[in-house]
Amino acid sequence: MVAQNFGHALFCAMITLIISFPILGFNLEAQGINVTLTGAKTTTIIGVVLASIIVFGFQLFRDAIMGALGTLPRFNPLAGREPMEPSRRVKLESRIITVLVVLFLFWPFMVSRGSVDLATLVLIYIMLALGLNVVVGLAGLLDLGYEAFYAVGAYTFALLSRYFDISFWLALPIGALLAALFGLVLGFPVLRLRGDYLAIVTLGFGEIIRILLNNWTNVTGGPNGIGGIPDPTLFGMEFGRRVKEEGNTSFHETFGIAYSGEHKVIFLYLIALVLAVITAMVIRRLMRMPVGRAWEALREDEIAARSLGLSRTAVKLSAFTIGAFFAGFAGTVFASKQGFISPESFVFLESAIILAIVVLGGMGSQLGVILAAIAVTILPELAREFSEYRMLIFGAAMVLMMVWRPQGLLPMRRIHIKLNRLE
Amino acid sequence: MLVLEDVHTHYGKIEALHGVSLEVSRGELVSLIGANGAGKTTLLMTVCGSPRASNGRIFLEGREITGDTTANIMRSGMAIVPEGRRVFSGLTVEENLAMGGFFNSKEEIRKSQAHVYELFPRLKEREHQRAGTMSGGEQQMLAIGRALMSKPRILLMDEPSLGLAPLVIKQIFEIIGQLREEGITIFLVEQNAHQALNLADRGYVLETGRIRLHDTGKNLLNNPEVQAAYLGG
Repeated sequence: MVAQNFGHALFCAMITLIISFPILGFNLEAQGINVTLTGAKTTTIIGVVLASIIVFGFQLFRDAIMGALGTLPRFNPLAGREPMEPSRRVKLESRIITVLVVLFLFWPFMVSRGSVDLATLVLIYIMLALGLNVVVGLAGLLDLGYEAFYAVGAYTFALLSRYFDISFWLALPIGALLAALFGLVLGFPVLRLRGDYLAIVTLGFGEIIRILLNNWTNVTGGPNGIGGIPDPTLFGMEFGRRVKEEGNTSFHETFGIAYSGEHKVIFLYLIALVLAVITAMVIRRLMRMPVGRAWEALREDEIAARSLGLSRTAVKLSAFTIGAFFAGFAGTVFASKQGFISPESFVFLESAIILAIVVLGGMGSQLGVILAAIAVTILPELAREFSEYRMLIFGAAMVLMMVWRPQGLLPMRRIHIKLNRLE
Repeated sequence: MLVLEDVHTHYGKIEALHGVSLEVSRGELVSLIGANGAGKTTLLMTVCGSPRASNGRIFLEGREITGDTTANIMRSGMAIVPEGRRVFSGLTVEENLAMGGFFNSKEEIRKSQAHVYELFPRLKEREHQRAGTMSGGEQQMLAIGRALMSKPRILLMDEPSLGLAPLVIKQIFEIIGQLREEGITIFLVEQNAHQALNLADRGYVLETGRIRLHDTGKNLLNNPEVQAAYLGG
């Protein structure tokens, strides 16, 4: 086995050397107006050579190493455990979720402003991932342009507030509905497509929206984006130091407390939390309804699903529309949180990250997706100390994850439908 | 019950059915036999509206369904057991059955489900198992059970014996006979000519997109041409 891998390992090591040496082995130094090329430090060159040797060694003993990785689940204490009884599991799960939600409700009052801000972002990603989970995880339609709906939600709020002075609470449903409408519109041309083709068309759609936002300068502000997006208000109470709009009162004056910038952050967090919980509950409900099973049936076997009288059009469109709806939700919250949006926020990488969350969490599994959203959003933040290497660490973590648990963190389990037996 | 009048079907420019006419009457079991590539599956798919017939007319219970959408056709009292079973492998047996009765009320689903479990006690044992983990025979039973969930008046079956062990095939054909006793009209497409004709009231022989022969099941079994071509001499 090792002998067979030798040629391949040598080849991989050479490639590593060829790619990394020109990139890391030379430095461009500016001296006055001239740029000179100098060789890198010896340590860098040693590093490059060392890396090639590691690649060589890994490729040579690849089978043994991958085999050892494969046995990792044995060290997982939960791996060999008998599955819990469904009824007990459901009870336990709902209890855990209740405790978590209550905990999350009070948590922001105890931590720093930065953490709350990050948690809001996590909640936005949870909404996005839960929505995409419907399209990709349940209906099995690979959508690479999901950020387009996110952008539609965010821009709807931004534009409405700019041109029509519409508040967050009114823009929230409008943004979500408009995003859903876009989902419906995208749904039509892609109805006949499957797999790779579908992925390419949705990818194209995502880019179209982004480029449109970028170039429609007189409406969207183009690459300059839109600023001054208002914060949400609580029954007409504003969270700023001074009231911006006539007739509104400010939160700290109404309650007679000192002004604090944190109020606004926490309020946004709580809105995001409530919306995320609503998203999770609505989708959970849908999954148990016939439409949820229809999505799954279509994913499993389109021909069989159609042979039972299901309309391919209706099922696919409903998945696209509902997925897009929640992306619009998340987009509106995002716009309000940032106060400023530009097409930069809605690049393909966003779609890729949301998709990664869904895959990591386990397609179709809600709890898994929520955990993955937390991990994927927080991990790069925690790894910030490693500065430029943080994306590398992120990538390595994902590869390891896929080797260790290819089915995702918490793979979807079947929700049994109970029909009362005829006696 | 089901009438085809001079039906032509195209895949792009290629014509797969060159004017097929046949009839299945209420309560009958009609078999269609033919070699690989004769157009048997195409014929059934055309009845279901995917692909649509490019020429000719199809009637279901006197109503023309030629231009109807698949979804509409499949909701109007007809069900199909597709070729190669096509059960939803990630769903449990119970969920697969529920999918079959998608457009029925909960009450009706409960009744049909009890009936299916009566026909196939094996499925009852596997109620909460994922369909993909069952044997081929069990999956075929599930595919038939799923088709029965919508309480069809006519059942189309596409090669239910495909890839099954002889003992299981025998069981499947017994079930088909039982369904006929219940009064369900059955249109059976088979390569397993002997069993299919033995059970059938009438039979059609399809060859390269045309109906070659048409007779009662027994007569076809004794027909020297059929014997030479489909029954191994």
